[in-house]
Amino acid sequence: MKTTVSRRTFIKGGLAGTVVATVLPEKKSQAATFEGYPDGMGVLVDLTRCVGCRSCEAACNEEQKLPQPDKPFDDFSVFDEIHHGQKRRTDETRYTVVNRYDVPGLDHPLFRKIQCNHCQEPACLTSCFVNAYTKTPEGAVIYNPNVCVGCRTCMIACPFNIPTFKYSSAFNPRIMKCIFCYDTRLKEGRPPACVEACPQEALTFGKRNKLLEIGRQRIRETPDKYEDHIYGEHEVGGTAWMYLSSVPFDQVGFDTHVPKEPILNYVKDFLGIVPMVLTVWPALFAGFHLLATRKDWLKNKNEDTHEEE
Amino acid sequence: MRFFSHQRPELPIVDHVKPDGSQWTLKEKLWLGLSGSDYFKQFFRNPVNWLMIGIFAVGIPLLFQRYIYGLSAVTHASNDYPWGLFLGFGLFGMVPLSASGFMLGTTVELFGRKDFHPIERLALLNGLLGYFFAVIFLEIDLGMWWRLYYPMIVSLGPAAVLFLVAWHVATYLSVQVAEVLPALFEWIGWLKGKRIIRSMTLGLTIAGIILSTLHQGALGALFTYAPAKVHPLWLSANFQWIHFFCSSIFAGLSMVIVSSTLIRNFAGWRCDDEFKNSLDDITIKLGKGCSLAMITYLVIKVVAIAHDQEWAYLLTGWGSYYLLELGVGVVLPMFMFAIGVRNNRASLVRFAAVIAVLGIVWNRLNTSLVCFNWQLYQEIPHWKEVWITITIYSLYFLTYRFIVYRLPIVYSWKGEK
Repeated sequence: MKTTVSRRTFIKGGLAGTVVATVLPEKKSQAATFEGYPDGMGVLVDLTRCVGCRSCEAACNEEQKLPQPDKPFDDFSVFDEIHHGQKRRTDETRYTVVNRYDVPGLDHPLFRKIQCNHCQEPACLTSCFVNAYTKTPEGAVIYNPNVCVGCRTCMIACPFNIPTFKYSSAFNPRIMKCIFCYDTRLKEGRPPACVEACPQEALTFGKRNKLLEIGRQRIRETPDKYEDHIYGEHEVGGTAWMYLSSVPFDQVGFDTHVPKEPILNYVKDFLGIVPMVLTVWPALFAGFHLLATRKDWLKNKNEDTHEEE
Repeated sequence: MRFFSHQRPELPIVDHVKPDGSQWTLKEKLWLGLSGSDYFKQFFRNPVNWLMIGIFAVGIPLLFQRYIYGLSAVTHASNDYPWGLFLGFGLFGMVPLSASGFMLGTTVELFGRKDFHPIERLALLNGLLGYFFAVIFLEIDLGMWWRLYYPMIVSLGPAAVLFLVAWHVATYLSVQVAEVLPALFEWIGWLKGKRIIRSMTLGLTIAGIILSTLHQGALGALFTYAPAKVHPLWLSANFQWIHFFCSSIFAGLSMVIVSSTLIRNFAGWRCDDEFKNSLDDITIKLGKGCSLAMITYLVIKVVAIAHDQEWAYLLTGWGSYYLLELGVGVVLPMFMFAIGVRNNRASLVRFAAVIAVLGIVWNRLNTSLVCFNWQLYQEIPHWKEVWITITIYSLYFLTYRFIVYRLPIVYSWKGEK
């Protein structure tokens, strides 16, 4: 059966399509400038309030059903642990860690809690080639162990060195990282276990936008007490967990050299050339081939015509 | 083997038919035409094989340990250095050294430079095996190695650089298998298969260029995910992929010079006169290509430093190390190539190629291990990790030798083809 489209039906269809396209609610592409989910939650960590009691570590350990550590959570000698010249970090047995910093000129130490910062545009997510990571609208960066291959590119990409790998398992390895208590709490709108456990209100849970306001307010009201910077507002394109500090951030272990834009921006230069190579190369090199072998081709052609004569 | 070729004129096998008119069977071809006892006699006479046995005696139990007790049993299980030697050497080092396949495929098939024909198959084989073993290294390193195909079918993350690497290495491996198959088809005597591949050569070659440009570059681009970790001198967000791609050109060519030299010197019985007689000439021409690629690479390296305003870093300790790497790994062999080419001295070109190969491995190890997390600390790999790496490399060597001894790679098949 042969179907033909008359000019009239074609125009009618075309017009209808245009109308539908203009009337339908516009679906904005968010890929180019994604600034995070508007209602994403976050936590504001105030270093001036933290006393290093490690309650958050204990709460996390219990909530996430992680193995019992060698030293109990009320053992504060862990603050003196040094591995490879570095203070304690996250690993396959702990999603969050508190470290002590003795800042010169300050009569008391400062404590800094580290965990996944739940970036607005996470490097782990963008570098993952099996889509094992998801940034949920609630603000959490969660991980799916069922598709993960264990390549550990996310660990390379994370500017905060947060994801860790369960190297000790041969048959069931996976990435181990803080998921903002997504499954058990955040999904239902409840704060993560560490926040709830904090006796000092050093951790404030709320909408990220609101937290930024709170942070600015604290700085404005007591400018002598705080550095005029909210770490995480712009770092690597913004993070859901943010920090206030009384001393310059590099003195309490923060990497102040991390870029102020998403990590993905550094990779885009390369991603941009891919379509170019895929489309231009075949034509270009086929052309080179024709040029390079033109003499042979002419010679063959001449021989053929001679033979015909 | 040399010993037997003197005694038995019909060896090495170059034809389907024995001098007495009967056919070589496949089994005889596999045993190089020797009886079992003769084969083992020559095998155990070779000191290299004893070295291999020593390496495997320790390496194989270590591999079992890795697969039964996990990666932490054989590595330092570092969360700061997620990629160790398996990837730093096995993937980032092996892949540029295997660029030879697409380089010589392009030269011969696309640009019609038939004068490189005698070394084309060796270059293709060098490429195929390098990639294949890069995948083996990956299989050692991947936590869930049984999910290797996941990025292909199960869960796709097409916006990631590694996705591109995975797909391109997989497709390029198939392309290279197809490119090397004619040698196998000649050897087993299935000419129809060879004709089919022959008709696809141009398409395969062009596919090879596209895939190689992209995944050689992509391996570099993987480090642009860590702009705050890798030392700025070894990382340039804009130029990283060009650095990796451009250096893979001379890396691949140098590797094929090294490999052909080893084969000519230690497996001369297997080479035919065409290969032996043209090798010096080809080596010098390849050396010329290397020196040109190297000067291009050097210029882009300098451009990257200028672009990122990194001159001040050159005055630090890391800067000296960087200059040492460039000086010994690139500038020195570049001049040796140039002098060797100008004075027609193949031996100098060969020496330069060895340095260039080591230089490129050094560069990749610097990028992925030494200067990664330069602000934290340097990770020294566990001895078991080093041993496993050597074991897999030895397996690569044995496979390479096994194929070169048998298939028409460095000699032409005398029978029907």
